[in-house]
Formats: sequence, structure tokens, C-alpha cells
Amino acid sequence: MKPVPTPTPDTRDWFDRIDAGELTVPRCAACGSFFLYPRSSCPRCGARSVELVPAAGTGVLLSFVVNHRGPAGFEAPYALGVVALAEGPRLTGVVRTDRPDRLEVDAPVRVAFEERGERRVVCFDLEEATA
Amino acid sequence: MSLRGAIAIVGAAESTDLGKIPDKSALELHVDAALNALADCGLTPADVDGVASAGEMPVDVADYLGIVPEYLDGTNVGGSSYMLHVRHAMAAISAGLCETVLVTHGESGRSRIGMTPWAPAPQSFMAQLEVPHGPVGAPSLFPIGVRRYMAEYGMTREQLALVPVVQRRWAAMNPRAKLRDPITVEDVLASPVIADPVHLLHCCLVTDGGGALVLTSAERARSLDLPHPPVYVLGAGESSESSVVSGLESLTSSRAIRVGGERALAQSGVAHADVDHLMIYDAFAHVPIYGLEDLGFVGRGEAPAFIEDGNTAPGGSLPMNTNGGGLSYTHTGMYGMFAIQESVRQVRGTAPAQVDGVDVSVCTGVGGMFMSSGTLVLGSAATL
Repeated sequence: MKPVPTPTPDTRDWFDRIDAGELTVPRCAACGSFFLYPRSSCPRCGARSVELVPAAGTGVLLSFVVNHRGPAGFEAPYALGVVALAEGPRLTGVVRTDRPDRLEVDAPVRVAFEERGERRVVCFDLEEATA
Repeated sequence: MSLRGAIAIVGAAESTDLGKIPDKSALELHVDAALNALADCGLTPADVDGVASAGEMPVDVADYLGIVPEYLDGTNVGGSSYMLHVRHAMAAISAGLCETVLVTHGESGRSRIGMTPWAPAPQSFMAQLEVPHGPVGAPSLFPIGVRRYMAEYGMTREQLALVPVVQRRWAAMNPRAKLRDPITVEDVLASPVIADPVHLLHCCLVTDGGGALVLTSAERARSLDLPHPPVYVLGAGESSESSVVSGLESLTSSRAIRVGGERALAQSGVAHADVDHLMIYDAFAHVPIYGLEDLGFVGRGEAPAFIEDGNTAPGGSLPMNTNGGGLSYTHTGMYGMFAIQESVRQVRGTAPAQVDGVDVSVCTGVGGMFMSSGTLVLGSAATL
């Protein structure tokens, strides 16, 4: 069984929304900045008023490696990348593709969710593949 | 008050053995290195009133050695911890909190004797944000930015492969280096792919070992009858950023190296052109490339060509990682101590692959996947 996150009180709402099939991005209600990872206060201004805003779900693949060895449950080779979401903040995730060797930096991607038991985990599909 | 040159490294030594040491626990490796470092400067545990360590608690190191400490530093920010220990000791000794600080490292990275099993805490951000996506530990998290670096600056796979090739040339001159046989770019690229573009030979070793430093005020150092000349701490800096790769400010640069390095160089008053020798933590081949740029030795995107032109190789203008580095010499897990050891040897003039006339050596460590960094500028008496 692939691992699933164990949320903490400050990340639980964000992960719960993912389990419900919705990606959100935390935003500071005081200064308006978006950030990730989810946390209970704003890393820019320190305000404690954080709200979860639905993400557009689109992004750009900033960079990635193609793992040729994987933990249990992961079938190598697979691409593990960092995606810049449309809102700005970044997330790590697997880019689902049959040809990880053909992936390129800056490829447009769209967020998807992989079912893992009772949880969902964020992953990304190439925008071309979903069009 | 300027702390430039305020303290000196008077004792420096590694564990008796490096590599595979199945008969010593991690704590014992701290102690073995500590006793070697004390012997190196003719002191005993009774002369020490401050202890700093990472991995094992300074409490345990002090108790094992029978030290009655008045100063403890358990800073643990991964592999760069020891640079921070030196910086903190610089402040503590200068402020009169203690007189002689012992900094120790020991890890049974390979044999895993007396080690806490490694796993990110289930509720850490790494476990929440990275582990579910199937990283193969550090080899697939640390180099995630390399492909972007290649896309932005045109670094080729061959240039990345040159980093371990050049360091193996240094290792060949060091009898203590674990890997000493020459390798070529072709060898690196033919080695098993771990996390493309990273091959096995782009990755550091996994070894057992330890190292320790004895620090005291420059004034006291001059009053001691030392078998080696003191090595002075001219400048030091530290910084940190996100503990997850996606939270780093940039994937092609390290803010932590940049901030800590700027502070260290500014404090030292040393210009880049005056640096004779450089150590940059090489857990993976790309780290020295980022480090050369973030420390300002070359411009953005210029490090691959700088290495290709032989500047960091034997005979080059800026000899780097002259012990063979984490890629060829040894890498116990928190390698920073070994980078400092080599800087000390080069300034003393006692390194196996000694560079001529090293008066200033810069030594940079990183922790996690660029999560933390510390930089030291070390100098001989001539630099004071």
C-alpha cells in the first residue's frame, strides 16, 4: 500500500478537501498572499487569518526527476516533480505519463487525484492528455 | 566587537577508521574522533568546558567522556550542523560563556550500529507533502531542481558528470578516500540510473565515521604549546529555508547557502579572489555547482563551465573538495564535519592532496535538501 499523509491540526482541512476531490490553496486574509504548505499563520505577515481558496487546478511543471527505483507500490520509472500552481505556490507530486522520458520542464499540467483507500493524493496529468 | 579571528581551531581529527566500522556505535565514533582531536592538540577531556554535537546529544558525548560542561549546543540542522556549532562557539567563547569547545560528529551510516532508524516523523511536512508521492529518499528529492537548472542554463549531462570525475582525481591522491580509481564521464553516465538525470556515481557514499574539533579563543591558542598551528575562524554565517523541496525559494539556487555565505565572507573581510581553497558539501553532484554560484565565486549559470575548465581540479585556480568529497572520500550522513576537517588540514598544510600556499579556505555545508546551510571562512596566522 502506498503511503498516505497523516495530517496535523494545521493541515487537516487542506487534506480533507483533497479527500473530497478539491485542491485548495491557503491564502492570507490580511495580506492576500497565497502559500503552501498549508499552515495556520501567514509566512509573509504573520496573520493568523488563513482561508482555503479553491485552486484553478492548473500549473506548470517546474522540474522533475524520473525515478528508476521506487518504494513499494510505485512502478518505476515514474516522474516526480515540483509544480507551480496557477496561484503561485508549489506542490510536489507524480506526473502521470506513459513516457516520463519525454517529459519536459515547463510542461502545462492539471491537478488530479489518486485514490488510496479512504484518502486521495494529489498528482498531475499533462494538460495535453486531458484536453 | 568584531569576532573575526577571535577563536581558533586548535584540534582537528577524524575517527581512527572510516568506511565500514561494524565494531563501533555512532556515539563511540563521536568519542573516538573526540579523543583523536584532543590528542591532536595535546589536551584532555578535563580541559573541555563546552560540547557541541548533532546526531547524538551533546549530553551523551560529554557524559561518555567525563566532561563537566558549562556550555552545550545540540543544534541539529542536518549535515551543516557543525558549521553552525563553530559559529555558535565563536560567539560563546568570545562572550566568555566557556573557554574550550569540543564539536563532535559520529555516524554509523553504513553499519547502522547504535543509530536511530531513519524515517521522517509521520507528522513532519516531509511525510505529509513528499513521502506519499514516492521519493526514493534524498536521491530523488535533493536533485529535483537539476533539470530546471539544465533547461535554464544549458548545463549538459556530461558537465554534471564531470563533478564526480574531478573529485575522483582528488580522491586518487588521498589514501583515506574510499573510492580512488579514476572514472570518466562515460563511466558516470553508464552507472545505474537512480533518479534521472541522477546516476549512481552522482550520489555520495554511505559510510561509517566521525570527526571532531577543539575550539578555543585565539588568545588562549597562542598560549598553548600546540603541535600544529591554530586555524583561525575569520568569518561564519548560517541560514535556512523550507524543509520541503516545493517550499524552496528557487529550484536552481540555494537561498540558505547564499545568505549564510554572504554573512561569512562579509565578516571575514576576505575577497573571493583571496580564497585559496574551497569545500562545498557534495551529497550529490549538483550541490557544488549551486554552491559555487550561491557563494558568488562565479556568476549564475557559470559553474558547469568553471568546473569543465579545470578550475576546481588539481592544478586549478580554485581547488575544491580536495579530500575527494562526499562523492569519493566518505559520507556518513551529516558530512559537514569532514568538509571542515579538510579545510583545517589544507590551512595547516597537512592534507594528503595538499594545495600550495593555502592561507584562506572557505567551507560550506548544507542540511536536508538545501534546508539549511552554514559557511566558515578559515585562515592561517598570516591572515590575521
